[in-house]
Amino acid sequence: MSVRVAAQEADFDIAAELARLERLGGGGVASFTGVVRGNDDGDGNGDGDDGAALTALRLEAYPGMTQRALEAIAAEAASRWSLAGLTLIHRFGTLGIGDRIVLVATAARHRGAALEACAFLIDWAKTKAPLWKQEIFADGTTRWIDARASDDLAAAAWDASAEHGKP
Amino acid sequence: MAVQLLYFAWVREAIGRDGERVELPGDITDVAGLIGWLAMRGGGYATAFAEPQRLRCAIDQNFAGLATPIAGAREIAIFPPVTGG
Repeated sequence: MSVRVAAQEADFDIAAELARLERLGGGGVASFTGVVRGNDDGDGNGDGDDGAALTALRLEAYPGMTQRALEAIAAEAASRWSLAGLTLIHRFGTLGIGDRIVLVATAARHRGAALEACAFLIDWAKTKAPLWKQEIFADGTTRWIDARASDDLAAAAWDASAEHGKP
Repeated sequence: MAVQLLYFAWVREAIGRDGERVELPGDITDVAGLIGWLAMRGGGYATAFAEPQRLRCAIDQNFAGLATPIAGAREIAIFPPVTGG
């Protein structure tokens, strides 16, 4: 089981990250990339109905804790699914529209474990990693993104299905 | 008890600082008590800590509930619910 976890300001190379997982001989590699969405007004529906254009997203981290929390989330995934490897990279700092925010990738012998673990990792990263998103608009205003109940429900659903994912 | 406090996101902005070292009165025994004590400072503190149910915390970099005892804590962080991913 090869785990790579990073909380970093720098961008990441998706091809290189996936190639690392492909070399583990698992048979299947699944991945999810989160990118900064334009004209999001924070209500999650992406319609930008507040008038001001989103120009950037700022992610605030908790130095010292963010990395450890991501490592704990990765360890939880490794305990629930039989994986050959996983990668969890989360950026912080100021990111422009279209910039990559997060990469989750998993390698497993079978696609079920790879896909499920990938979904689990992103759901838990959204709700259990100490990171806070702030929208920066063209008119200079800013707004902190509120936690969404749907994200909490998605993360909690994995608690209920804990037995399902066991190898 | 001396403890390092850390603030993040809109809590940090409301207070205007990202942390401070404080000497806690002996009758402050849990996070909820700490939040109530901080709110009594008024100004940005009153704004940031007015609604404890909107806040989350970590004690020595482990997530903790508002009713968690703080005896022996070295670092207590107070922040909004997280929005990573």
